[in-house]
Amino acid sequence: MDKIDRAIINALQEGFPVCDLPYLQVAKQLHITESNLLQRLQKLLDNGILSRFGPLFHAEQMGGALSLAAVKAPEEQFDSIAEKINALPEVAHNYARNHELNMWFVLATETLEQQQSAIQTIESQTGLTVVNMPKIKEYFVGLKLEA
Amino acid sequence: MDNIDKQIISATQAGLPLVSQPYQRLAKQIGITANDLMQRLTSMQENGIIRRIGAVPNHYKLGYKHNGMTVWDIDDTQIDRLGELIGQLDFVSHCYHRPRHLPDWPYNFFAMIHSKTEAGAQSQIQQIAELLGEHCRSSNVLYSTKILKKTGLRIKKNVSS
Repeated sequence: MDKIDRAIINALQEGFPVCDLPYLQVAKQLHITESNLLQRLQKLLDNGILSRFGPLFHAEQMGGALSLAAVKAPEEQFDSIAEKINALPEVAHNYARNHELNMWFVLATETLEQQQSAIQTIESQTGLTVVNMPKIKEYFVGLKLEA
Repeated sequence: MDNIDKQIISATQAGLPLVSQPYQRLAKQIGITANDLMQRLTSMQENGIIRRIGAVPNHYKLGYKHNGMTVWDIDDTQIDRLGELIGQLDFVSHCYHRPRHLPDWPYNFFAMIHSKTEAGAQSQIQQIAELLGEHCRSSNVLYSTKILKKTGLRIKKNVSS
C-alpha cells in the first residue's frame, strides 16, 4: 500500500459521486488516471484492505431487521459452534470476543419473524441460550479511518 | 421502495462494478435508463436507505488493531443525552442503546472504538468514562480476538422480475 492507495482509501470513505463517469471524477481529484484508480481499487478489494466498495444500506430503512446477539460457547466446542452459527445465511458477521459471552454475531433478516426463527434455529442446533440485543436507539454510525 | 429499488439493492450488494460507467452497467443489467438509476440512488441516499456510497476498509489491515466494543451501564434517564454526546467523539464508529439482560449482562450502551495502539484505546475509553461520569454504574471492554465470519449484509429481497 503506497501513498496513492492511502489517498484513494481516505477519499472513498467520504463518498462516491453519482454521475456518468464517477471514477474519472475521483481520479482527477487524486491526480491519477481513471484506469490507474480502477486497477488499484480492484487490488485493494482483492487483498482485503477494502472489505467492500459500493452503496452501504441502512437495513431498517429498507424494512429489514438487524440485531446483535451473543452466546457463551464452551471452549472445547467453540469451533463447531462457530461453524453452526456461520452456516446460517442470516448471520452477517461473527466475532470471537474476550468475555464469558464469547461469540458475538449480527443477524440480518428481512423481517423480525425471520430473526426470531434464526435465533430458535441457533438455540436448537447449539443447545445454547442466545442473548439477543437489538438496538433500542442508534446515536451514531459512521467513522472514517485514516489510512 | 418499489420493485426496481429492490433490484438496485440486490444488484449492488456485492459492490459497484469497477468499470468506467458503473451506473450505465447496472442500469442495463436491471433494464432501466442510467438517468433513472442515478436518480433513484440519489433519492435513496436522501431518504436514508443508502447511508453512503463508498469504501469500507478492513480495520486490521489499516493498522487499527485495537477495536474495542466498549459497553456501559448507564442511567436510563440520561442515556439519550449521553449517547448523542458520545456519538460525536471522532473515534467512535457506532454507538447504540441496547437492552440489558440481567444478571449476566448489565450494559445498555455500546460504543465501538478504534485505535492503532493500546495506549490510544485506553485514552479513548477514559474520554468516554469522563463524559459519562456519575451516570455510569459499571463498564467493560470486549476486544474481538478473531473474525469468525464477515460477509456484510446480504438481505434477500423478494424481487419479482
